[in-house]
Amino acid sequence: MKRAFADLHLRLNPKDTATAQRVIAKTAQLGYGLVAVSFASETGEAEIANFRSICTKAEVDFASRVDLIPKTRNQLMFLLRKLRRKFEVVSVDCENKEVARQAAKDRRVDLLNFPSLDYRGRFFDWAEAELASNSLAALEVDAKPLLLLEGSARVRLLSTLRREVSIAREYHVPVVVSSGVGTEILLRKPRELAAFASLFGLDEVSALNAVSLNPWTIVLRNREKLRRGFVAPGIRVVKEGRDC
Amino acid sequence: MISDASFNERDFLDTVWEATRRLYGEYGASQTGLALITFNENKKTAVIRVSLSTLQQVRAAIASITRIKGKETAVHVAAISGTVKSLKEETEYW
Repeated sequence: MKRAFADLHLRLNPKDTATAQRVIAKTAQLGYGLVAVSFASETGEAEIANFRSICTKAEVDFASRVDLIPKTRNQLMFLLRKLRRKFEVVSVDCENKEVARQAAKDRRVDLLNFPSLDYRGRFFDWAEAELASNSLAALEVDAKPLLLLEGSARVRLLSTLRREVSIAREYHVPVVVSSGVGTEILLRKPRELAAFASLFGLDEVSALNAVSLNPWTIVLRNREKLRRGFVAPGIRVVKEGRDC
Repeated sequence: MISDASFNERDFLDTVWEATRRLYGEYGASQTGLALITFNENKKTAVIRVSLSTLQQVRAAIASITRIKGKETAVHVAAISGTVKSLKEETEYW
């Protein structure tokens, strides 16, 4: 069966529609079947609908995504309560250990993202992985820093990613490889992103899953949850009223 | 290749070698068996030969190219084939 590829992290300016159209058309051309565009938490329904129509025109599936950057555990909980039902994908930028631990154990979080340059700020250790494996969170790796960094900075990033991916695999935490870019020139084909994943220790099948199966699973699971009548995984309200 | 700038086959091959050397070092680059077969300056396409065992490495190295001769460039792998003949049949890049 042919794989359907997904890029869960496009950083596009909602006000720059022309660039957004070009980038989304390019993703479709490169072979992606699904893209998730990252929005700010205060983004309105109209802007999301605008991106949805751009993606429909480009014949690529669209998922809305929000990147939460909370400073404290309570702030994260507040943002999740407020935004979880508004977006199909929720990512948390873990800037400190308190936030990272809460994000890993909260079932409303889909993706755990860590700063690329601050190596002391990457808290994906075995404890984090164990919490994430019990919830549904996946470790997200953006390709953008791998493309833009050079020399020792890239060496350190690859070394850190190799360690984190090894821990993630040990605890069965899914890994998602995304582009994290907002320009056409930095977009790469899904199989090229999978080749990047081999740089930090994913074998060929796991690397391809990181750009296809894993992101699709997250989006389909959340779409099911956001659908009207959802009660719990496998349980839905199919009929309401007195004649039931 | 996607770029506004024009460059010749020497620039392209040097960039691919440099990207491979940066990611895998001179020892790793020496195992790739990298060689340029054809280069079309107008269409900005190229056919390169690599050792099958290092295919993923070369793919990653090519994907890591962001500039050629200082100009922003993206290089994509259009097709992979075991023989030049079947590659000709598969692609329109010749």
